[in-house]
Amino acid sequence: MTATIEKQKVLEKQGDNKSSKQPKDIVYKTSELNLWYGEIQALKNIDLDIYEKEVTAIIGPSGCGKSTYIKTLNRMIELVPGVKTSGEIAYRGRNIFDKSYGVEELRTKVGMVFQKPNPFPKSIYENVAYGPKIHGIRAKKILDEIVEKSLRGAAIWDEVKDRLNQNAYGLSGGQQQRLCIARCLAIEPDVILMDEPTSALDPISTLKVEELVQELKEEFSIIIVTHNMQQAARISDKTAFFLNGEVVEFAETDKIFSTPSDKRTEDYITGRFG
Amino acid sequence: MRSARRASHLAMRMKGVLTLAIQNSPKSFSVQEMIAAKKQKKGPSSSIEKIVPFLLLLTAIVSVLTTLGIVFTLIVETFTFFGRIPLQEFLTAQKWYPFSETQGSYGILPLVSGTLKVTLIAAIVAVPIGLASAIFLSEYASDRTRRIIKPILEVLAGIPTIVYGFFALTFVTPILREIIPTLEIFNALSPGIVIGIMITPMIASLSEDSMSSVPNSMREGALALGSTKFEVSLKVVLPAAVSGVVASIVLAISRAIGETMIVAVAGGSTPNLNWDITSSIQTMTAYIVQVSQGDAGYGTTIYYSIYAVGFTLFVFTLIMNLLAQFIARRFREEY
Ligand SMILES: Nc1ncnc2c1ncn2[C@@H]1O[C@H](COP(=O)(O)OP(=O)(O)OP(=O)(O)O)[C@@H](O)[C@H]1O
Ligand SMILES: [Mg+2]
Repeated sequence: MTATIEKQKVLEKQGDNKSSKQPKDIVYKTSELNLWYGEIQALKNIDLDIYEKEVTAIIGPSGCGKSTYIKTLNRMIELVPGVKTSGEIAYRGRNIFDKSYGVEELRTKVGMVFQKPNPFPKSIYENVAYGPKIHGIRAKKILDEIVEKSLRGAAIWDEVKDRLNQNAYGLSGGQQQRLCIARCLAIEPDVILMDEPTSALDPISTLKVEELVQELKEEFSIIIVTHNMQQAARISDKTAFFLNGEVVEFAETDKIFSTPSDKRTEDYITGRFG
Repeated sequence: MRSARRASHLAMRMKGVLTLAIQNSPKSFSVQEMIAAKKQKKGPSSSIEKIVPFLLLLTAIVSVLTTLGIVFTLIVETFTFFGRIPLQEFLTAQKWYPFSETQGSYGILPLVSGTLKVTLIAAIVAVPIGLASAIFLSEYASDRTRRIIKPILEVLAGIPTIVYGFFALTFVTPILREIIPTLEIFNALSPGIVIGIMITPMIASLSEDSMSSVPNSMREGALALGSTKFEVSLKVVLPAAVSGVVASIVLAISRAIGETMIVAVAGGSTPNLNWDITSSIQTMTAYIVQVSQGDAGYGTTIYYSIYAVGFTLFVFTLIMNLLAQFIARRFREEY
């Protein structure tokens, strides 16, 4: 039952992706978001509109709330005890803090890639097939197809196609990270959140992941946290600059890096503080 | 801005602390000099350094030798037994009746069946409950709950088994007899259940240890794919912890096989080769107790038979351990 529904969803999504020539929609509309860890306020009055099929970069000094914000978008932040929020984040028009909004439903639509690669201690195949499986897709043939497509999508298929049944922990760090991206692609999410996905990788793996992000934005909306200013400039369409839990500036990446309107943004991107 | 101001403030305060500390110290000193001075005085302690590993080695040798001695005695006496009773009779005869010197029958199978019945019942009780408790403790319980429950589990594991034995005989058996009227006073079911209760905390506690040592990043990875908490527990955490979980189960079952007091008190002393769990049984351990308590003279066949039975028990636990190692290696998910 669930299997057929999911398959149908998958098919519908593929249809969507092919006919995407209309003006871009907003995927995430954040309004007056505040967030507290216990008594400490980590996010203050955030207003951000994130558009689909774009790469949105989030930059800012350490501790400014980048990870906190991105984890709020798929409600992973709720795993931290004592977190309180106020305000609203609308995903595709629906407030994700609504009581009726199931986190599982949200996270099926919004995938996440973490700072440190975190594959499951299973085979490469099982890692990628995990998502589809828990959402009810069982048929071996379909799973095989999904696994191959996702691994190709994450530009790692050629490296692992002969060792699909080996443990994922035998891969290099960069390969593991791309495997994690493949795992995320396997449920064909709408949005992919990435929290410093390349900070644990070597320059070549970093480059591969960056190229990948460029390709993926054709189909997915990507929000990426990065400490690397060049990376933000290279790969993103829009950039948000966070400072002390506030959004100081949010604009086209070109504009942020050439003519920032706020003095603090300019100081940060020119390396004068942070 | 604000953080910059805070940082400079902090730096000022720290500077204050530092100068204060330096002013307070009477004269300047060098840490290297102090270490050198201490080293000079270290005369006798360096000989301790040399003796300690030797002492440690000695204690290790003592424990290894003791174990070897036990196994050696076991084997020697077992050989004596098989000098009188053919191995084939021991393994295939259907009756265990050693009390008659003339028409004794020494088939181990009835005792083995007693042990297996009890162990199987214990496992059926303990594995699901133990695993469920482990999952609850590791994945669902709050830190506070865990801190309260874990020590309780460990206390439960320390209750003397004779207490469990009388709990089986005077509490569980009467209740079971209400439900199953044909149940004999001594039976396999009641001690089986109680041994299950006894080993449950062991499975729960050890499995919880290995499940909570699975890194959180894996749970996060699975949750971020839209898994429910239960799916994460069952499909990510449990498989990742499998080697520890299997080890805990095998350890617990080994204990069930070797458990003595509970079966001696509540199981009866009638070795029977069948799968009936409502009638009186005798396990290998209970037989050893029975003979040791009686007045089997040194050198009689009965006397040697307890070594043969003990050796069989030893083989069983050995097999369990090998099985555990095999399973753990086969299904290990490395991270
Ligand atoms: N679990 C937590 N409990 C309490 N405070 C937290 C917690 N996680 C983060 N914080 C605080 O919230 C603020 C924002 O943290 P966050 O991790 O979002 O920063 P960040 O911008 O991602 O930093 P970095 O670039 O170092 O990753 C920091 O002041 C941090 O100390
Ligand atoms: Mg961070």
